[in-house]
Amino acid sequence: MKPEGTFRQRAKEALADKELRGNFRRAMDSLMVKRANQFSDVDEWTRLRSLGEAVRKRTLEKLPDLLEKLETNCKKNGIQVHWAETTDEANQIILAILQRRGAKKVVKGKSMVSEEMHLNAFLGEHGITALEADLGEYIVQLAEQMPSHIIMPAIHLNRRQIADLFKKKIDGFEYTESAVEMTAAAREVLRREFSEADAGLSGVNMAVAETGTIVLVENEGNGRMVTTVPPVHIAVTGIDKIVENLEDVTPILSLLPRSATGQDITTYVNMISSPRKEGEKDGPEEVHLVLLDNGRTRIHADPETRQTLQCIRCGACMNHCPVYTKVGGHAYGGVYPGPIGKILTPQIEGIEPYGDLTSASTLCNACVEICPVKIPIAQMLVRLRNEAATGCPESSVKEAGVKKSTVEDMVWKGWSTSHSSPAAYSMMTAVLGMTGNMMPKSAPMLKEWTSVRAKPKFAKKSLHRMVKKLGVDDE
Amino acid sequence: MAGIQLLQREGVRVIYPQGQSCCGQPAYNSGHRADALKVARQQVKLFKKDIPIVLPSGSCAGMMFKHYSELFEGDPLEKEATEVANRVFELTEFLVHVLKVDLKDKGEPVKVTWHGSCHSQREMGVREEPKELLRQLESVELQELKREKECCGFGGTFAVRQPEVSAAMVEDKTKDISDTGASAVVSGDCGCLMNITGTLEAKQSRVKGQHIAEFLLERTDEA
Repeated sequence: MKPEGTFRQRAKEALADKELRGNFRRAMDSLMVKRANQFSDVDEWTRLRSLGEAVRKRTLEKLPDLLEKLETNCKKNGIQVHWAETTDEANQIILAILQRRGAKKVVKGKSMVSEEMHLNAFLGEHGITALEADLGEYIVQLAEQMPSHIIMPAIHLNRRQIADLFKKKIDGFEYTESAVEMTAAAREVLRREFSEADAGLSGVNMAVAETGTIVLVENEGNGRMVTTVPPVHIAVTGIDKIVENLEDVTPILSLLPRSATGQDITTYVNMISSPRKEGEKDGPEEVHLVLLDNGRTRIHADPETRQTLQCIRCGACMNHCPVYTKVGGHAYGGVYPGPIGKILTPQIEGIEPYGDLTSASTLCNACVEICPVKIPIAQMLVRLRNEAATGCPESSVKEAGVKKSTVEDMVWKGWSTSHSSPAAYSMMTAVLGMTGNMMPKSAPMLKEWTSVRAKPKFAKKSLHRMVKKLGVDDE
Repeated sequence: MAGIQLLQREGVRVIYPQGQSCCGQPAYNSGHRADALKVARQQVKLFKKDIPIVLPSGSCAGMMFKHYSELFEGDPLEKEATEVANRVFELTEFLVHVLKVDLKDKGEPVKVTWHGSCHSQREMGVREEPKELLRQLESVELQELKREKECCGFGGTFAVRQPEVSAAMVEDKTKDISDTGASAVVSGDCGCLMNITGTLEAKQSRVKGQHIAEFLLERTDEA
């Protein structure tokens, strides 16, 4: 999928929306405080985080083996496993299951992978309705938008905007801005849908290889409804969301909600190990697990880019990102926004459509500092910028080198030549000192710089000359 | 200049290699590794003496300290580059931990705020040192920012590649600065300062921006 316009254009639009900026600023400020309160014990944070990182790294090292194990153990439990290399394949697999069951209506728990697949639109084309049951997802579906955050999909909207939306879209909704009453209204609609749905679809937070268990965390109970009420449950996940054993679940289960929303633990933790067994009164007749690759094997092949797959999708990097806080999720133009989106989306979808996301960062490292599994996001951005600008033939990055620009190459060539020769550097600083201030505001770069800033002043005398005059030794 | 004078006043013999230019960060961060390496090699050759290397800028210090070993991987100068990286100090950390300076304030009462650069905080681990120095000054009241850890939006070429987002970030930052009621914002990074003071100046704000080295020297100078 190609996004509309560039990040810069989309960001500009978002910045012009004062209400949107206010919504994000307030929400992110509060989330940062909540997370900080969770990890006020630095030693505990350091230990837990190292453990989380170790679990994710070990899993990824053994990924091919663990995926086979997962398949074997899921099958033993009666969970049907499907492999999809592309999003098209995954969509077709799900469609086939639903058509076999004659399903017309699907209720969904939150799943970013299903967003990656554009599943709702695909099912719609085949006459199947997919209804989002997570409150935030339900809101963005009503608004016909994409999620703007991976765990809080409707965080870009405030209460008044949601009340207006409900008034427009929900029959019989009496206008109120009370969060409790609005939630009750949505709940009433969704309750009906759960009992009528032919199938439930969910994401996966972790799939446990040794036990064949699907772990799903959520706060609203919609995940449990989706996975237990309809006769069929289909879970979709990327092949990266695997852990080896139940012991590995514990650190992630602690790091995930605490980093994401500052909760000790989510209200619901679902561990699904089989369809309904004989004699049991609850649960679906069929459980399916769809494992989607969509470029993850390629990302996995390179030890450096592999670190991208350590992600547990807590979204804390978004909450702490000064760029995300200003522009919100939609500006990123893809499914995954924020810092993780900046490294994941170009690797999945390619440098051509999404390479510009890598320039949307000051490399401030705020995300790196709080990432619960220590993904070196800033370092990965530099790597991707390098791949985009130069590209090497054996690169594992999709469409490496497509952003190669002769003009930029020449600028940097000139820069490195002048900065690696003391004589050239001294001449350049002398010339800039004499003429730099005469440059008009409309000159390239100065034009962008002076949009909100005064023109920088070049010193008449270079620091080198001043230091020399002060009598400081050269060696 | 002020950084050198502060060191000299503490009895340190300062050497300033005249052949130096830039640590290579702009090209490195823009994805032009080969150009970054070319410039970085020139610096490594100049700083071979086994003495501390003090930088009055967290960002440049972070580049050398944190990224040289990776940038120089497989280069003939790899060993030298790693040695250089290990001898790097950000100015305020050197003043506090190595020189253990004891500053005597000679200035008028003033209220200032502090902007810590991202790379100084997160790559050099220097957070409290500059504030410790400011607090040593008797007549200086330090009013901390509400969002001290948040980036000012400079980010090198980011400011011209994404000028609108950068502008929104520096707007938030300068508002935070103005809200403190301080008459000056002090920082340890020239990039951030150029961004912040440029914006304050365009807004015709009465708040002035100053590098911490200059500020400390001015407050404590005999003259």
